[in-house]
Amino acid sequence: MGRQVNEGWRAARWPRDDAGAERLLVVDPRAGRFAHARVRDLSASLRPGDVVVVNDAATLPASLRGRTARGEAVELRLAARREDGAWTALLFGDGDWRTRTEDRPKPPPIAPGDELRFDGVACRVVTVAGPSRRVAVVRFDRAGAALWSALYRAGRPVQYAHVEGDLALWHVQTPFAARPWAAEMPSAGRPLAWSLLLGLARRGVRLAHVTHAAGLSSSGDPAIDAMLPMAERYDVPRSTVSAIREARASGGRVLAVGTTAVRALEGAAASHGGELVEGEGETSLLVGPGSCLRVADGILTGMHDATASHFALLQAFAPAPLLGDAYAAAAEAGYLAHEFGDSTLILPDALASR
Amino acid sequence: MRLRGTGVLITGGGRGLGEALAHELARRGARVVVTARTEGEVEAVARAIRAEGGEAHALVADVADKDAVYPTAASAAALVGAIDVVVHNASTLGAVPMPLLLDTACEDLERVLAVNVVGPFRLTKAIAGAMVLRRRGLVVNVSSDASVSAYPGWGAYGVSKAALDHLGRIWAKELEGTGVRFFTVDPGEMDTRMHADAIPDADRSTLAPPRVVAARVAKMIERADEIESGARVEAAAWGGR
Repeated sequence: MGRQVNEGWRAARWPRDDAGAERLLVVDPRAGRFAHARVRDLSASLRPGDVVVVNDAATLPASLRGRTARGEAVELRLAARREDGAWTALLFGDGDWRTRTEDRPKPPPIAPGDELRFDGVACRVVTVAGPSRRVAVVRFDRAGAALWSALYRAGRPVQYAHVEGDLALWHVQTPFAARPWAAEMPSAGRPLAWSLLLGLARRGVRLAHVTHAAGLSSSGDPAIDAMLPMAERYDVPRSTVSAIREARASGGRVLAVGTTAVRALEGAAASHGGELVEGEGETSLLVGPGSCLRVADGILTGMHDATASHFALLQAFAPAPLLGDAYAAAAEAGYLAHEFGDSTLILPDALASR
Repeated sequence: MRLRGTGVLITGGGRGLGEALAHELARRGARVVVTARTEGEVEAVARAIRAEGGEAHALVADVADKDAVYPTAASAAALVGAIDVVVHNASTLGAVPMPLLLDTACEDLERVLAVNVVGPFRLTKAIAGAMVLRRRGLVVNVSSDASVSAYPGWGAYGVSKAALDHLGRIWAKELEGTGVRFFTVDPGEMDTRMHADAIPDADRSTLAPPRVVAARVAKMIERADEIESGARVEAAAWGGR
């Protein structure tokens, strides 16, 4: 990374009313330049024949605060549902999101077989592993509709200390959320209002989707954070494979909305010899500088504090010096960071018509 | 809309038309999620469908409760996959015996609108976006002839159903060409508890059994592409088809 990109960022502390008016940093790696715009101007960077791929995962109420059988306070943050019905999760000690994760007390000692009790539901710890024994696999005491009802009653959205109040479930859903697979909001899609999306569709831009089980973005523990993101489940529908094939055939570009859509598309392609194939799978693919992107031409993403791993992913789409200049200008211009913050579009020819 | 393997969400599925429709759609191969306020009723409906070999899941929810909207939509999708059909069947008459407008408590009107109009709006909003992405979806509003005829005493209910009918028309216009369709069905007079609450001295032999109406509505759902999106249709017209 050519320069310090963390300086000067302010966090968006609460969802804003008019998503279309949020800032959009447009980076055109082919032209080697960037410009400032608004989210509602996205269509100026897209052409008929392009395809926009969003992640339609709904966001779980993945934070469960409860107690051990010995009465010690514990928070369980669900990361992913496994195929066998158990969940992988991270354990936190007493307190809640108001305390920065890195300042949170460690969880009480928890061993396989222990029971964790929440409001109206309990789980049994199957395994505990990882640095500081905070990565757990748990199994709940019910299944099916009874489990989903209980999770939605007991759980809250995962949130972090930069947000100013308790988030409701509707604050963390995208405008096209379907199956609840995401531990945290796939937030790049959040500002895409339907007036914008239907306007794109009317202009001949294809809309497509994947479902990707976005996991937890932070644990506060550097040793665990170094393991993130963990392997994540995805589903690429047939309609998306054909939309991308048709876009390619007509010279259109593929814009992935969010790092999770990138991981699903590139992960699916990587596990099938470079060809995008429909179906479900799991990917541990890490995209970064020098990654050979097989599906996505560009990305629409939030301004995520420009942490090293996020910035590394963006370098698969544009060279570091251009990104560094663009990010510095955005920070200077007062762009806001994090899940309710402003956005970046990195797409070849994004500025061709400006 | 082909029903086999399709995820369907029916509100007010604990009894009456909702219960009958849940059975009918499950028999036709749909993967059904039913919601209702009363746990015992909605669970009994899901159990009965499963005993017949169908797939059904019960969620306890009040459609007027805004905190229940995303939990209901997401739990349903977790259980049966993306929801392709929503049937807004849950409904309230408001105060019974049904009062004249001059005697209607404002709070009762608000409650009727919350259940019969705002609830369906919220749930549709939470589900229809994903339907547009899939280019596949059907939203069915259950209405009443009280939405077009002005019956004394039916003020709160009648305006709520008129609003629901119109909501369906506007949804349909806004999502024209997206593959997401809407229709409103007037089921006609049925032999249900709601009918008995509204008109206790009705001659029950003149009322349609809910299962007969449910079969017609199921047919309408299967052949929804024959119904103009946004249209208001009487179930009786589909009796002989």
